[in-house]
Order: sequence, then structure tokens, then C-alpha cells
Amino acid sequence: MSAVQTREHPALRRDRLAALGPLGKPVNLILVGAAVFLLIGCLSSQIFAQQTVVGLAQGAVYGSLALALVLIYRATEVVNFAQGEMAMFTTYVAYQLTTSWHVTYWLAFALTLLIAFVFGMGVQLVFIRPVQHTSVIAVVIVTVGLFILIDGVVGWVWGADIKFMPAPFGNTVYHVGGVAIARQDIGTILVTIASVGLLWLLFQRTKLGLGMRAAALRPASARLVGVRVDRMLALGWGLAAVLGAVAGLMAEASEYSLQPSFMQPILLYAFAAAVLGGLESPVGALVGGVMIGIFLNLLGQYVSFVTSEIRLPFAFLVLIVVLLIKPTGLFGKKKVRKV
Amino acid sequence: MSALLELDEVEARYGPITALHGVSLAVEEGSIVAVLGANGAGKTTTLRAISNTVRRSGDVRFAGKPLGARGPEEVARLGIAHVPEGRGTFSELTVWENLRLGAYTRHDSFKADADRVLDYFPWLDDRRNQEAGTLSGGEQQMLALARAFVQRPKLLLLDEPSLGLAPVLVTEIFRIIRELNEREGLTVLVVEQNAHLALQAATTAYVLEVGRVALSGPSDELQQNESVRRSYLGY
Repeated sequence: MSAVQTREHPALRRDRLAALGPLGKPVNLILVGAAVFLLIGCLSSQIFAQQTVVGLAQGAVYGSLALALVLIYRATEVVNFAQGEMAMFTTYVAYQLTTSWHVTYWLAFALTLLIAFVFGMGVQLVFIRPVQHTSVIAVVIVTVGLFILIDGVVGWVWGADIKFMPAPFGNTVYHVGGVAIARQDIGTILVTIASVGLLWLLFQRTKLGLGMRAAALRPASARLVGVRVDRMLALGWGLAAVLGAVAGLMAEASEYSLQPSFMQPILLYAFAAAVLGGLESPVGALVGGVMIGIFLNLLGQYVSFVTSEIRLPFAFLVLIVVLLIKPTGLFGKKKVRKV
Repeated sequence: MSALLELDEVEARYGPITALHGVSLAVEEGSIVAVLGANGAGKTTTLRAISNTVRRSGDVRFAGKPLGARGPEEVARLGIAHVPEGRGTFSELTVWENLRLGAYTRHDSFKADADRVLDYFPWLDDRRNQEAGTLSGGEQQMLALARAFVQRPKLLLLDEPSLGLAPVLVTEIFRIIRELNEREGLTVLVVEQNAHLALQAATTAYVLEVGRVALSGPSDELQQNESVRRSYLGY
């Protein structure tokens, strides 16, 4: 009997994977696998389906905030630790508009996004630009300082007690084939899709968006074709703040209450999402957010010891595992830097 | 007649190291001017001093006006296209997006320019959606020329267009540079190690040695010059 074992040549293996087309990429295999798993789960169990929808809505919030982090990371090469608190501040602005000044919710929503845009640009101009060219760690420390500053100011202006805002989507619950779906969750998902879609159009289909991408990717080359890089960076911070504001408003709506610390856990989930997707990848941030949202909800449902107290550590576990196994995340590319 | 670009005793430094010790040169409108020299002679720095991407002192005048403290983006907006070392390719963006960025500062139609650029580089059309970083070195150099062309500059600064390219491609690149100069009236300041080709293309040339102009004159004169022949042309 022959005991000759043939070992596959690595090049052949690569060819075989390439023959599978886009399915051959590990990322896509993981995504397709996850989708099939969720589909089978949803079809076979109503509770599973319900938790998936809730997780999807939460994941949309994590994903938007993660996308905000990624936008700034790509342009400034720094993780903005104040992103969650900036979103928290803008949610208080919306609270002020709706509750104290009696502006209708969706008008307040639009005004808040506008204010968030100006606020984000202001933060970049006043706090980030002066230290931007010194060192990465200086910028990180400034964002941590901003975190504390915003927290303090909001507590001072509005107080630390729990506030309530009008619900944007009401409290209706739909029943689809025995699965209870909150109108709030559908609304969150749709608002996220709309805002991310608009942002995508801005970046991919307009000259301004092209300039912003060029400024983020290759600032030196961008300057040589006349792109005003500093202005583009400020715009990027403004847009990130808008995305954060959307995340904050949607998070408030699904928690039905507002307090100064409410974005802090969400920022941590967003970190995990951004790292899972690859810090450089906008698509990755969204996919990562959705995956973490659904994963944590299913875990809470089916694994008895995963209570709400231990949710956050689990997000951290994801973060650590990703950093150990694949530091570039699902969609990240290995960066080759020429020195 | 005053030149399009004039450098008067320009010095430039990288931190504590001075790279240019007072370089003066002039580029007449409609001409091709070559700057030659060995590695470290200050050729790249000369271009950087013009686009203000290095710390410089001394006077740089463009169309008679001093550039002063204008940053690189404002210099580009005045009509100076700088194709830097490494060609300034936006590797992560598509070929077409790279071209589009060339026309970034202009508000008129990009379409007409895009069509004209395809006359020079027809292959760009098939590659428009390809990531620019996946192009070969020669293709990236042509893309850089195309990008600079749609920038519609009054002056084109080219940093070593021959670097890392096969001889056939280098000849082709210089042919295109001459064509752009003759047909479009583009003024070019080109920095080159390949002295032979550069002197053939240029009307005037400057030879830099350790941050100073060692020699200058009409390029056909320099081609006859004994020391240029020995040091840079190799015969």
C-alpha cells in the first residue's frame, strides 16, 4: 500500500481559492456563514428572530458611532475618545430643543445634526489643529481631555439626573409571524441606512468627497493638486460628529432616557466594532457594529451566565480576540508604509 | 522679458541640514528647463522650495509676483503643478479619481480635459476603475503627467520622471513631455539624473552641485561642455 501523501502546493491552493471567486476570501466566507446561521436561526425560532432584530437595531447604533471613529481615524490617524461624549452633548441639544423649546422632534433632529456639524468642525479647529502636528499621543490626550470637559459641561448645564425626550417612532410593536418587532428598532435601522447612504454618496459621488478622501489618504499629494487639506480635516470632524449625533439620538430613543453617561458603553461597543471591521474600513465599521449588536443579544438570550452586567466585558473580549488573531480586522488591509 | 519663474538666492533646509545654499534660476514661459545633478545635489529640494514643501528662504517669484509664505495648496492654485518624487499617486483611489483630482481646483468642465488627456494616454480609458496603486511604474508616471495636464498648470514641475523606469518607457515619457510643451505650450521645469535625455528635451539647463548652481546655459552648449560630458553624460 502506498503511503505517499501529496501536500498541496501553496500556489495551487491560492488558485483554487481564486477559482471560487469573491466567495474564496475568508472575510466573505465568514459573512456568508454568519448570514446563513442567522437566517436558519430566525426561521426556526421566533425568539431568535426577535433578538436578531433588536441586535440589528443596536448594532446600527454601534456601527454609526464606529463609522464616526473610522472617519476620524483615517483622516487624523487617531482614535477620538471624545466621540461618544460629543454625541451625548448633541443629544442634550436635541433634548433642549424638543423639551424646553418645544420644537417638533424631526425638526429638532435636523437642527441637531446641523449643530453637530458645526460643533465637530469647531472641536477640530480649536482643540485638535493646534496639536495635530506635534504627536499622535498629544492628540489622543486632547481627545481624552475633551471627554472629561464635555462630560463636565453637560453635567453643569443640564444636571446628572435622568431626562426624557419624546419618542420619535412611538411605542408601536408589530407582530410578523409571531415575532414582535418594535417600530423603534425599524426606525433606527432605516435612519442609520439613510444617513450612511447619504454619507457614502457625498464621499463617492462628489468632488468635495473626493477631495476629503484624497486629503485623508495622501495629504502631501493632495496639497500639490490644490486640495486644502486642513479644511477637509475640519469637514471630516464635522461629518463624524453628525454621524455620532445620529447614533446618540437613536440610542436615546431606544433607551427612552437620557443621562450624561449614556454614550459611554456605546462608545466601547463602537470601539470593538471598529476594531472588528478594521479601523481603516468604513464598511468594516458598519458590519462590525451589526455583528457585535446581534452577537451580544443572542449571547444574552441563549447563554445563561451572560447577563446585562457582563455584556460590556464580552465586547472587550471580541476586541482582544480580534487584535490577537487578526489585528487588521475583517476588512482592514495590511498597511505598507514607506519610510 | 521677465521669466515665468525666478529663484533668487533660495536656501532650503531640513532641520539642521542646509540642502540649498542660494540657488538662482529662471524659467522662461514656453520653455523646458532641466535641472541636473548627482544624488543629494539638491534637485528635488529645488522643486520643493518652489511648491513650498520644504523650509526655505530667499525669493521665489512666479509671473513676477513673490510666492511669499503661500502653502503648497495655494501655490498649486496659482497654476504650478508639482509631480513629486514617488509621482504623488493616490494609490488607493481609482485611475479616474486620480485624474479628477488633477482638476480639483478648477470649476469648469472636467469632461473636455478628460477627452483631451485620452488623446495622449488612450489606455487610461480601459483602466479608469482600476486602483491606481496597481499600475506599473511607467503607467503611474504617465498617470501623473495626465493628472498634471488636467490641472492646466502654467508651470509643470517634474521630479525625476525617469526614476525606476525601463529605457523604452523613459524615452516615451520624454516624448510626451516635449509634445505637451510644443502642442499645449506647457512650461516645464524638470529635474533629472538622466542628463542625456533631459538635455535633449530642454532648452536651458542648470547643473547643481551640493546645493549650488555649478553650471548653467543653453542645453546644446552644456552638451558640448567638457565637464558635463565627463560627469553626467559619460563620454
